[in-house]
Amino acid sequence: MVPAELKYSESHEWVKQEGNTVIIGITDYAQEELGDIVFVEVPKPGRELKQKESFGVAESVKAVSDLFSPVSGKVVAVNEELSKTPELVNKEPYTGGWIIKVELSQAGELSGLMSAEQYEKLIKEGH
Amino acid sequence: MEKSIFAYQSEPTEYIKSGDSGAIEALIPERFLQRQEPDLPQATEQDVIRHFSRLAGLNYSVDTGFYPLGSCTMKYNPKINEAVADLPGLAGVHPYQDEKSIQGVLELAYGLEQFLLAVSGFQGLTLQPAAGAHGEITGILLIKAYHRLASKKEKRRIILVPDTAHGTNPATAALAGYEVRQVKSDEAGDIDLADLKQNLSPEVAALMLTNPNTLGLFEKNILQVSKMVHEAGALLYGDGANFNALLGLVKPADLGFDVMHFNLHKTFSTPHGGGGPGAGAVGVVEKLIPFLPVPLVKKKGEKFYFDYKVKHSIGKVRSFYGNFLIAVRAYAYFLALGEEGIKKVGRQSILNANYLLRKLKDVYEWPYRRSCMHEFVITPKTGWQVNTLDIAKRIIDYGYHPPTIYFPLIVHEAMMIEPTETETKNTLDEFSAALLSIAQEAQTTPELLKKAPVNSPVGRLDEARAARQLILKYEKAR
Repeated sequence: MVPAELKYSESHEWVKQEGNTVIIGITDYAQEELGDIVFVEVPKPGRELKQKESFGVAESVKAVSDLFSPVSGKVVAVNEELSKTPELVNKEPYTGGWIIKVELSQAGELSGLMSAEQYEKLIKEGH
Repeated sequence: MEKSIFAYQSEPTEYIKSGDSGAIEALIPERFLQRQEPDLPQATEQDVIRHFSRLAGLNYSVDTGFYPLGSCTMKYNPKINEAVADLPGLAGVHPYQDEKSIQGVLELAYGLEQFLLAVSGFQGLTLQPAAGAHGEITGILLIKAYHRLASKKEKRRIILVPDTAHGTNPATAALAGYEVRQVKSDEAGDIDLADLKQNLSPEVAALMLTNPNTLGLFEKNILQVSKMVHEAGALLYGDGANFNALLGLVKPADLGFDVMHFNLHKTFSTPHGGGGPGAGAVGVVEKLIPFLPVPLVKKKGEKFYFDYKVKHSIGKVRSFYGNFLIAVRAYAYFLALGEEGIKKVGRQSILNANYLLRKLKDVYEWPYRRSCMHEFVITPKTGWQVNTLDIAKRIIDYGYHPPTIYFPLIVHEAMMIEPTETETKNTLDEFSAALLSIAQEAQTTPELLKKAPVNSPVGRLDEARAARQLILKYEKAR
């Protein structure tokens, strides 16, 4: 399940553009690999992120994994629901399980991300 | 009769003597007073005994069955260790006793140090740290103190860890105030020398390395690695969790390690996990001795004593002298095995692991196709309709504790098996037969694995719910 309208990073985050802000979450493939997620650590709104910087942590029954920001910018919102129901990331990775909203500081970075087609190829190769 | 304690008790303070509990209450602010009885469970003594006897029966331990938990060295704990640690002269000794009255205890600590130094090649040692990770932080603080004294100008703020490292390594480095950088593994499963080279700089304080690594492989470029690390002015930290494989074969100091922690509770057969406490002795090369925690146990003529005069000591890392009775058990283990016995430990653990690996390598996926050390990593074959968790759960049905799963992180669906040297060929044959049978089931009746375990006191637990809804204290059933 790789929605065509989204952009993707090599570290398995998805990006949905809404004007000058983007919504970021992890892909269906990523949540499947992680297994049942029991805790998601999110950054404080207002934090400035650089591209590829770790912005949080997803803890599953298998492992603890860093989350990496596919873009640079300021965190303007975080998904508060995840503190009570982290399983949203498993159940609805592309909708209810979104993680943060970021106001872009380098809009050009978006064009460097993968298309759905490219990302699908990446996960088929087993990365 | 001794006067001190009883004299004190015979003169209670005014408000206790009065027998008036109101007087005590008057001393405590209202908001801290509990006006209701505590909500404690009520049960008869008989029910309590039955409850805990039942739980004890459900427990699975090295004493009840094979426990192939990778990187944990769940070897048998000889019962002579327990008998020795229970001797009144050792179990009853008090940390405030005069040195003169505990010469035997000091001799034992000194003797264990000598044994550990002999098998590791290090020159100095502390028995203080209370467990493996505590040994790690002690070792890294020694490195920090060393760099700080060596140069005021240098800012060594980075510690490197390979991507196969135990999770405690980056956690230790971060706790000690370092930035953690990851070094990749190459295709053969060794640390990637090119990536190491790129990461080494005058800002690097140390590389934390486990050898054999968590893939169960001997880092074959270790001499090159230690040379590169030292040339960059950094030190090489050894995670001793896998030292069992080297015991009697290789001395870590000869490989270029500057400091290493020993898990007495793994390599030297003392109690482990919930049965702890552990002990994480730390050995160092000569240049790190001036930084060791105080006190050190020293010998002068025929007398043993505590030496608090360690010039640049990082201070105490544990009250008194560490988990001393664990050291007693390790000492008993050394004496029981003797020099010849100790030399066989590493060899036999490697032989056992390779024997098991050869039985399984064609049926399971074997990602790093090299002879292993004391442990190895296999995975389900591509195309099986089950994952590693299902296999692990099915292993419970066959009466074994499952191996370590989903670690190391760089292997997809990893299953890490460490048989240890204390298991017989018979046990290894039976366990491999179980794993081969499970491999068969994975292909013919995968639903059997998906449902597993079915022969255990409880079925498959909801691990996510167990982590999301913790119940850590007594609560009345609603």
